[in-house]
This record gives sequence, C-alpha cells and structure tokens, in this order.
Amino acid sequence: MELNYRKDFPLLANMDVAYLDSAATAQRPQCVLDAEEKFYTTCNANPLRGLYPLSIAATDAYEDGREAVGKFLNAGSAKEIIFTRNTTEGLNLVAYSYGLANVKAGDEVLVSIMEHHSNLLPWQMVCRQTGAKLRFIECELDGSVDLNKVESLINRRTKIVAMTQVSNVLGRENPIRQVAELAHRVGAVMVVDGAQSTPHMPVDVQALGADFLAFSGHKVYGPMGIGALYGREELLEQMPPFLTGGEMIESVTREGAVYAELPHKFEAGTVNAAGAAGLHAALDYMAQVGFAAMQQRELELTRRAMEGMRQIPHVQILGSDKPEEHHGIVTFTVDGVHPHDIGQILASDGVNIRAGHHCAQPLLAYLGHPSTARASIAFYNTEEEIDRLLESISTLRERMGYGK
Amino acid sequence: MENRSFYNEILTEHNIHPEFKHDLPDADIVLEGVNPSCGDDIYLKLKLDGDTIADGAFVGDGCAISQASADIMLGMVIGRKKDEALELGDIFLRMIQGEASEEEIDRLEEAGALRDIAHMPARVKCAVLGWRTLKEALTGQKK
Repeated sequence: MELNYRKDFPLLANMDVAYLDSAATAQRPQCVLDAEEKFYTTCNANPLRGLYPLSIAATDAYEDGREAVGKFLNAGSAKEIIFTRNTTEGLNLVAYSYGLANVKAGDEVLVSIMEHHSNLLPWQMVCRQTGAKLRFIECELDGSVDLNKVESLINRRTKIVAMTQVSNVLGRENPIRQVAELAHRVGAVMVVDGAQSTPHMPVDVQALGADFLAFSGHKVYGPMGIGALYGREELLEQMPPFLTGGEMIESVTREGAVYAELPHKFEAGTVNAAGAAGLHAALDYMAQVGFAAMQQRELELTRRAMEGMRQIPHVQILGSDKPEEHHGIVTFTVDGVHPHDIGQILASDGVNIRAGHHCAQPLLAYLGHPSTARASIAFYNTEEEIDRLLESISTLRERMGYGK
Repeated sequence: MENRSFYNEILTEHNIHPEFKHDLPDADIVLEGVNPSCGDDIYLKLKLDGDTIADGAFVGDGCAISQASADIMLGMVIGRKKDEALELGDIFLRMIQGEASEEEIDRLEEAGALRDIAHMPARVKCAVLGWRTLKEALTGQKK
C-alpha cells in the first residue's frame, strides 16, 4: 500500500534517504508541483486586477484555492480565509492586528508552555507593547493538559488564549474545544496554531470553537511560501489591516484610504497565486488518500518506532507512552549523546531527523531537556525507513566511544 | 575489532572524559559562549597571572564537538602567554575554514583532530565555540 503513496512523491521515489522530518516540512506529491507549473504556464497574470482573460483565470485559480482551504477547515465562508506565507505570518497577523487593537494594560494573554516560538513571541510583543500580562498553561510531564488548571488561569482580564492543537515536540493533541469554551465564557478569543494538526487530522474550526486558526501549506504536502489563516468573520471585519499597500483598498486619496472587503483587506501586495493553486492540489491529494488511511499508516509506523526505541538501552521518548497520542512525532534523547551528534550520525546513515530545541525552548526547559532529537513520520514513510532509524540509533553510544 | 567510532577517538575521549570540565572558583574571567543553532552553552573560566593563562576550566552543556574542542583548547592554552593562545586560536579558526597549512595544523597538536569539521558546515560553530569565547575573554571584545 505505502509504495503506492511513495511513487506520488518524486523526491522520495528518486532518493535513498529515510525522510523522518515531515513535521519540519513534508515532501510534495507530483500533482502539487504540476499545479504550480500549470499556473505559471497557463494562467500567469496578476490576480484580482486585470480585466483580460488571463488575469481572470489567475484570479479563479487563486480564489478556488481559497474555497478549498475554507472547505478543508470547515470555515463558514471563504471570506474567513486569509492567505499568508505560513503559520508564523498568520499568528503575527492576529497579534499585530487583533492583539494590539484589543488588548489593554492590565489584561492577560494566556498561552501554553508548549507553544512553538511563533505562537509565543507575537504574544510577548503584544504584552510588552500594551502592558498586558502573559501567563502560561503548564502541561503535565506526559504532555497532557489539566483543564482544571486552565480554568483557574482564565478570568475576566483574559483577552486572548493562544494554544497549539498538536505540540511539535510531544505530538500530543490539546483539548482545544474545551479550552475555547472556557475562553469564550469570559469573552476571550481562542487562537489556534494548526501547523502540526492539519497534516494529521480533520480540523473543523467551527466544531473547535476556534476564533483564529493558522496553518502552513508546506506541512500539508503543499508548496513553501503559502499558508492560511482562518478568522471569524465578525472579528476580521473589525480588525485593522496588518500590511497596507496594493490590492487591499477600495479607494485611496492623498490623506487616506478605504480598505477592501474581506478577505482582501488582509492580503496586501501581489499574492502567491501559484502557491494557492499548489496548496489546492495538496488538499485534493489529501482528500483522495483520506485521513483514515493516513492516520492508520502513521499509527502503524509510530508504534513500530516507539516499540523499537523502547528496546534500545539509554533511549528515552518524550511525552505519552501511547503511539496514538503522538501524531507521528517521536522526540527522544539518548544518554550521553548530544542531539546534534545524534542528528549528525543518523545523517551519515541516510536517516534525516531534526535535532535541537524545535523552536520550543520554554517547553524543553520546562521538561528539563535543553535539546532533543525528533523523528517525525508521515503516511508515505515505510517500515524499512523506521528500521533504518532504529538500527542507527542502536549504534549511537558505541560510535560515540562508550563501548558496546 | 573494527573501529566504529563516528568521530575520531581523540574527540570522543575528550567529550566523555573531559579534563577541564569543572568549576574554577578563583577564576579572574568568566565568560559565557552560546551557539544558538545547537543550544551549546558554555562558561569559560580563566585565571591569569600577568600575561599568562595560569589556569582554566569550563562548565556547560553542548554537543560532543563543542565540548571536546573546548577541553582540547584548555589543555593547549593553560601555561601559555595570552598572545600565543590568541595565535593558536587564529590558526584553529583558519583550519576549520580549510585555510591553514599543514605546518600550522601541526602546531595545534590534538586540536588538529578537529580538522575534518571543515567538511561539516553545520558544525563549524560548535568547533569554534570555545576558541571564540577565549578570544572574547582575552581581548575583552565581543565579535
């Protein structure tokens, strides 16, 4: 079965590497590359402006991509989808636009300790500029979140709760729906980092109660440089633009401007239409494979990796004991071997993983590991790749001079 | 038996059994060196006697290359004049960039064991962390 998927991904089909870094960026199937090329070879023009057929075709390709993203997230309307470069840009848009306009001195912004820096630094900025207080939801050692603790941290001063749906270090899913309910009870908005959830599970922004949710195209098998932000229409309507300039106005005078309607108000400058077409193809591809099939493969491979690692002395896996609570992310340490040496040695065996702090330094400090190694699995991986990973890990200590 | 060491033995030995990784309570200079990409983080501690490095040590955490390189460096510079230590540091930096001559690399003694790092661009910062911190400590200037 997996070989069928693999042939869809030209890099994987042509290279003899075990690619276990899909949480950093996934590989792209041929249909995504074709869609980008098709845009440039058949309908390249500046979208949203030109009156000639090419520009209309470009606009259609771009707006069809928006419709597809809206369906992917079950947004109420495509107007609620803003194209961005990536998750980081989406979260910054919310912080600079909604955050600076709505957070005041004395307010509180609540984030979890397991946020990627991209869902932490923008809130640090908002709190610094407004005089609000940044507070942290700390997780348990296995990565689970105690809702009683969350409830005790939310109060009438809380204006924003920002949380990742799946941790990029622990792979664990957070109870977004319940946290959003607690946030809404006090009138706070719920901002969700969907970068690690969107590749692995159906995400329904309405069912989650997310007011904002950002994700990246390149993690859902789409191109780099395109991502999307979902925002609830009432909120987006009231927000000031993030960037200003071309393609986001109705009219401009010497003194001022009337901004364009949603979603264009938030898309200043020439847009990444080829990227949107590529992302559209990626979402179609995912729908074709289906989350059920992807999840089954990812669970089988994650279980194989975790069971194998448990047999190797001196290896510790971070987070839950249960493979189904990892969403393909297996972060680990090896006694006496620094993660960067792990990464280097594995690379020499053709096994590509991530080593370091994974842009989540506060979480790693909280868990007591300044850095770790992370293997991350996608449905196109194979048992053979997992076995190469395990074989390489089992030789690490010996190759670092610890003897057999 | 086949030698299955990934890094050479000099490097792994200095990493696992460092001679100078300990506190130095009477140090005159303590300077932190950080390599943000790897998370390597050391505190270099030096005791000076006039122009001579009378004693030295380091504490901290980091990858094998950063830790071994700092340990080898201290073994080489303790007992030397500041100028000599800086000159060795200069040769070391050039070796890592693949620009030092064989004669110069000979002068680096055990530190020459790190010459292959020149082929691992992602690890250059690890190898030079100790030497870079030493230079800042001795010249009092951040690069």
